[in-house]
Amino acid sequence: MERANREGILLRGNATEPKTLDPHVATGVPENHIITALMEGLIAYHPTDNTAIEPGMAESFETNEAGNVYTFHIRDAKWSNGDPVTAHDFDYSYRRVLTPALACEYVTMLFVVKNAEKYFKSHSEPIPGEEPMAWEEVGIKALDDKRLQITLKAAMPYFPQMLKHYSWFPVNPRVIEEHGGISSRNGQWMRVGNHVTNGPFRLKEWKTNQILEVEKNPDYWDADNVKLNGIRFFPIESADTEERLFQAEQLHLTYMVPLHKLDLYKAENPELLRLDPYLGNYFYRVNVTQGGPLSDKRVRRALALSIDRESLTNNTLKGGQTPAHNFVPPGIKGYPTNEFLSYDPQEAQRLLAEAGYPGGEGFPTFEILYNTRDDHKTIAETIQQMWKQTLGLNVQIINQEWKVYLDAQSNLEYDVSRAGWIGDYVDPYTFLEMFTTGNGNNDTGWSNARYDEIIRTAPLAGDDIKRFAMLEEAEAILMDELPILPIYIYTLPYLIHPSLKNWNPKLLDNRNMKYIWLEQSGE
Amino acid sequence: MFKFILIRLLQLIPVLLVIITLTFAMVRSAPGGPFSSERKIPEHILEQLNEHYGLNDPLHVQYFNYLKKIAPKKLDIGALLKFDLKEGLGTDLGPSTRYEGRTVNELIAESFPVSFVLGSFAILLALVIGIPAGTIAALNKNSAMDYGPMSMAMFGICLPSFVLGPIFALIFGLWLDWFPVSGWRAIGGFHWTENIPYRVLPVVTLSLYYAAGIARLTRGGMLEVLNQDYIRTARAKGLSTTMVTIKHALRAGLMPVISYLGPVMAGVLSGSFIIEMIFQIPGLGRHFINAALNRDYTLVLGTVLFYAVLIIMLNLLVDVIMVLLNPKLKFDS
Repeated sequence: MERANREGILLRGNATEPKTLDPHVATGVPENHIITALMEGLIAYHPTDNTAIEPGMAESFETNEAGNVYTFHIRDAKWSNGDPVTAHDFDYSYRRVLTPALACEYVTMLFVVKNAEKYFKSHSEPIPGEEPMAWEEVGIKALDDKRLQITLKAAMPYFPQMLKHYSWFPVNPRVIEEHGGISSRNGQWMRVGNHVTNGPFRLKEWKTNQILEVEKNPDYWDADNVKLNGIRFFPIESADTEERLFQAEQLHLTYMVPLHKLDLYKAENPELLRLDPYLGNYFYRVNVTQGGPLSDKRVRRALALSIDRESLTNNTLKGGQTPAHNFVPPGIKGYPTNEFLSYDPQEAQRLLAEAGYPGGEGFPTFEILYNTRDDHKTIAETIQQMWKQTLGLNVQIINQEWKVYLDAQSNLEYDVSRAGWIGDYVDPYTFLEMFTTGNGNNDTGWSNARYDEIIRTAPLAGDDIKRFAMLEEAEAILMDELPILPIYIYTLPYLIHPSLKNWNPKLLDNRNMKYIWLEQSGE
Repeated sequence: MFKFILIRLLQLIPVLLVIITLTFAMVRSAPGGPFSSERKIPEHILEQLNEHYGLNDPLHVQYFNYLKKIAPKKLDIGALLKFDLKEGLGTDLGPSTRYEGRTVNELIAESFPVSFVLGSFAILLALVIGIPAGTIAALNKNSAMDYGPMSMAMFGICLPSFVLGPIFALIFGLWLDWFPVSGWRAIGGFHWTENIPYRVLPVVTLSLYYAAGIARLTRGGMLEVLNQDYIRTARAKGLSTTMVTIKHALRAGLMPVISYLGPVMAGVLSGSFIIEMIFQIPGLGRHFINAALNRDYTLVLGTVLFYAVLIIMLNLLVDVIMVLLNPKLKFDS
């Protein structure tokens, strides 16, 4: 650790072996940690503020009066192979994302751009006899080397927030073309030696299941202000092993904390433990399609009101989680956190009786489904107990292996199922959008025409005050119908060495790594 | 002997075919797929992914395509020794569906040497501990010298490595600071000797269970042999106990150990998931388990196949050694 501090190298536990380093193919959190250290988008991350616009590859940008055309001014920046970063690189990158054969899982992020969805669809399912849409018709244009123009479907004030997501990061077209071309998923370009980047760090070493090391990128436009000399990411899957490494001073930062160690750290080394707020909601899905009692919204409300969330977070979980009284997690500037749900056993019993099951009489036994993991089990048992005590319901809990559980959930082969959702960007939309009719992530069978209508039109509202008011209405519908039962708001528990500086809580765990530094002991 | 080996090698083909077919059927009938995730992939993207990995074809087509790709087409021992199956046999185990742009050949070539080093040192250590312990116990039957090592062995068998590993890491890594708590090599190290401390704890943890088994088998085998006439004859000739034991008794007494070693070696050399998790070792065992959890079809098939070949080859090796050691046995398929 002393050596690492002297050398300015951050040692970080990173959960699992990254699936990929390609920003247009990646999906997971460990991948996010690495990609955001290696690359930079148009907008970068502010060291403390979640929604502030920190200049990245774009020195500045302006919008037209209608607010739907953005012009970005690309700064003088270089790729790590010496190529200049130009507006054309972005144009190419976004065309790459919208190339169906690349199969970018986040392609829908780009559908806010004018004609992007049409372009994608016309290329993925070409209509016989019709030319697929030309790229020129899509609202992305490099006006010259320095100016990139993006035309959106409508004014979307939260567009700059979306740009912080790695699916909007650029790749170097020359390098991509050299290693298989625009639609290739062969991954050759991201190997050590081939990898070319524009961010504060560049790839140095990568050994599967062992280490991924990045070093300071001297070609980065702001290299003088990059304080670390490198970062080593260790794919440590076991929380206990990671914690031992932390104790042995082999890690500055862990990815997780073993649940059974939380109390110990709180009592003895609170300065090493961080419980950051996180933009995520832990909830139960309810399958509303079975026609039984769970299809009755009074029953669902009774279930929701009889969960004592305070007791669950304070006595059972103890990891700093906060009770969820609504669906959209707090912390989004300008969006209110309404208390739609409280703990109200009397009202719950009344609703259940009104639905025809006084004291749970005649209510069929149903199941809570969760994927096999200790904390999910504990929560399910606690809620099972609460529903038994308050409502007199007989609930069984069943666990399934991860992929089996995902399958069951997506085929609506469950009664109540545990779920979680982390926002893609800091906006209520990334939460509320998923419960529209037929959305791939709805998974409850719930459908509401008014809700769909609001979600469809809200992005076109123009300004955030109007838009947030609309989304608030949508959330009120969701919390009235309750196809989901919110339980708690996530925290991000991890261990941090005191020598690591300027590491601030961020709602989406996105950090601009150039601001992070290590203090040498004795300084 | 060569005929024996040749026949056994030919028997490998139907065995492997059965293993591939069963594994293929099992992994494809498991619910979920390589691309199912909490955040669902858009329909048309999933379509493209399946297309890219050839998962849109009918199952039997995929099966035969796979067989075609893995069938050995050439033999280059030099490349094989570098674990390069593509160059060595022309076997292409396909791309991993989880690790973008990496092939199963590559993943195995990268991780097997690690498991091999860990495993062979563990077996070696297990033999060094187990055989003397078992022999001493057999020679001093029903005395303290017997009960001592044998109760230790019982202890070793009963304590699973997921208990022993963390305890060792805690005591010798964290508290005493003699060895690193986990890892496989010194990051940024300059010389290979810097890696040695990293390997001590995993090797010891892995070996103890097998050392215990070997000690018990040695004791049993030796006890049987020590009562035999030819041992009495040897003693009657005036040979010392040490000579009798080493020259005559061990040769026959180790038979159970040797037949035990075949499958054990295959298991140990191809990686131990638990040890690799506890000590953060980039071996094959992690792929073996994680591939199944991730529904990484090609990686599951690749690791199972690799393991099957390994176990068959090591069993063959054991059979050959047995015949060489025991004149009563003959090469007879």
